[in-house]
Amino acid sequence: MEFLWDFFVAPFLDMIEYPTFLGEVAISGLLTGVMYSLVALGFVLIFKASQVFNFAQGAMVLFAALTLVGLMEHGVPVWGALPVTAIVMVALAFAIERGMLRPLINQPPITLFMATIGLSFLLEGAGEWVWGSNVKALDLGIPSSPVDVAGMLLNEFDMIAALVAAVLVAALALLFQHTPMGRALRAVADDPQAALSLGISLRTIWIIVWSVAGIVAIVAGIMWGAKSGVQFSLSLIALKALPVLILGGLTSVPGAIVGGLIIGLGEKVAEVYWGPVIGGAIENWFAYMLAMLVLMFRPQGLFGEKIIERV
Amino acid sequence: MRAAMPAEARVGHPEPGEPMLSVEGIALRFGGVQALAGVEFTIYAGEICAIIGPNGAGKTSMLNVLNGAYQPSEGTITFKGRTRRKMHPRVAAMEGMARTFQNVALFKGMSTLDNVMAGRNLKMHSNFVACLLPVGPSRAEEARHRAYADEVISFLEIEDIRNVPVGRLPYGLQKRVELARALAAEPDLLLLDEPMTGMNRSEKAEMCRFVLETKARFGTTMALIEHDMSVVMELSDHIIVLDYGRKIADGTPEEVRNDQTVIDAYLGVATEDDA
Repeated sequence: MEFLWDFFVAPFLDMIEYPTFLGEVAISGLLTGVMYSLVALGFVLIFKASQVFNFAQGAMVLFAALTLVGLMEHGVPVWGALPVTAIVMVALAFAIERGMLRPLINQPPITLFMATIGLSFLLEGAGEWVWGSNVKALDLGIPSSPVDVAGMLLNEFDMIAALVAAVLVAALALLFQHTPMGRALRAVADDPQAALSLGISLRTIWIIVWSVAGIVAIVAGIMWGAKSGVQFSLSLIALKALPVLILGGLTSVPGAIVGGLIIGLGEKVAEVYWGPVIGGAIENWFAYMLAMLVLMFRPQGLFGEKIIERV
Repeated sequence: MRAAMPAEARVGHPEPGEPMLSVEGIALRFGGVQALAGVEFTIYAGEICAIIGPNGAGKTSMLNVLNGAYQPSEGTITFKGRTRRKMHPRVAAMEGMARTFQNVALFKGMSTLDNVMAGRNLKMHSNFVACLLPVGPSRAEEARHRAYADEVISFLEIEDIRNVPVGRLPYGLQKRVELARALAAEPDLLLLDEPMTGMNRSEKAEMCRFVLETKARFGTTMALIEHDMSVVMELSDHIIVLDYGRKIADGTPEEVRNDQTVIDAYLGVATEDDA
């Protein structure tokens, strides 16, 4: 009886009693969610445009962060290291198109998926070979001190990170919805064969999406790197993006964003309010549990396309 | 700048009656199946050429060879005076070939206008950075292309659905949007793969009218695959008949209608391809 009370009633009473605290928890959850969204966004962009499930997205995040930190450790200032890292990621996109996508054109998706697993080892290895495997601190000079917003104490770094992510997402939305290139990207995502017959170059599109995914990886890498240090485990945040993809749908950009926010918010709230009842560590499995429920009841995700197989 | 010039001024643009496209000795196989063997024909500028034949005769395969979606194992393709071993879809598009697909291949999430604008993709020249600016030459260019797209849209009488996502449109209209997208590229040669399948009689009549008006207004050379014989006889200037991957007849509608091989092919195997 007492357990049921603690589980089903007490947390909600707490929420009502201390709304400011609920606000703090919710916002910090959403801010973490933004960072999940960013990683998931990289997956969605590549999947939409080339039907490749890019297992190496996490490795790209690590590789981008390592390059940035490595350059800064060698005395390059941030404003110099950032564009160089961006150039490296675009060069990587060209190399991937030439070395991986082009030779594997018309191969089944599983082959490309395997290739991206190889790519992820290559990137992790190359990054650590060039820049070393020790944990590196990434200090951008943004304070992570708490600031008071409407009575709530919020982390300044998290807020700036969320703002940057929002700007990035808005820029991508603009690019996709309002430029001829965005139209070509959407065309390829909808029907590659028809797009090809209109003279749209699939190779150019691939280079563009992998470049954009690389740039998104830089932003994600900076955010996660600044929080937890730049180290090998950074490539594992890709695992956290999987439930986001399942929740939001593999082919939906808004889905990646909303999915990330829901998971960030949900796991934080669950941890704080229900953690003590069942012994904590909810944050570690909440996302996967949610993903499983989504798979059972709405396998295409919240925003994904329903796949109908005609027999 | 080539694309900005009128079609007549293009290098190697054939005059009406001259060969627009010809193929020689085309062979195509899928594993053990010989889809096409030794096919040769010529499509002349300004004509509507129908490619007909029983199901499985290789008509769609032939169209796919023409625009490079399939690459033949043997033979050559000569388009506007330039002979190639094989086409590539992008090269075909750049040289002035446009096509529609048997099962509508539209960009379903996009509006009619965006689909038609996508058809003008090769006519746009603004670079990536200019596209992102809210003002400047790329905006003017976009407006120019939009005007052309709207012209095609009103030509095909689909203004009402200009801003509707095409995935929601009925099949007949989707076919028309697909034609609009192909016409937006200002093609010299238009390949239509069963433009009237799944349509009722009045929709078919409308589509026939659009095909004829396209020829009259833009002078576009067309190659079309069609099963409905009354449509084929009404539209075409020239008919090519395929059967089991080989060409069995080639001539005017009158000649083909009275050709004994053609009659045999259609009547003789009717039980097999009736499905």
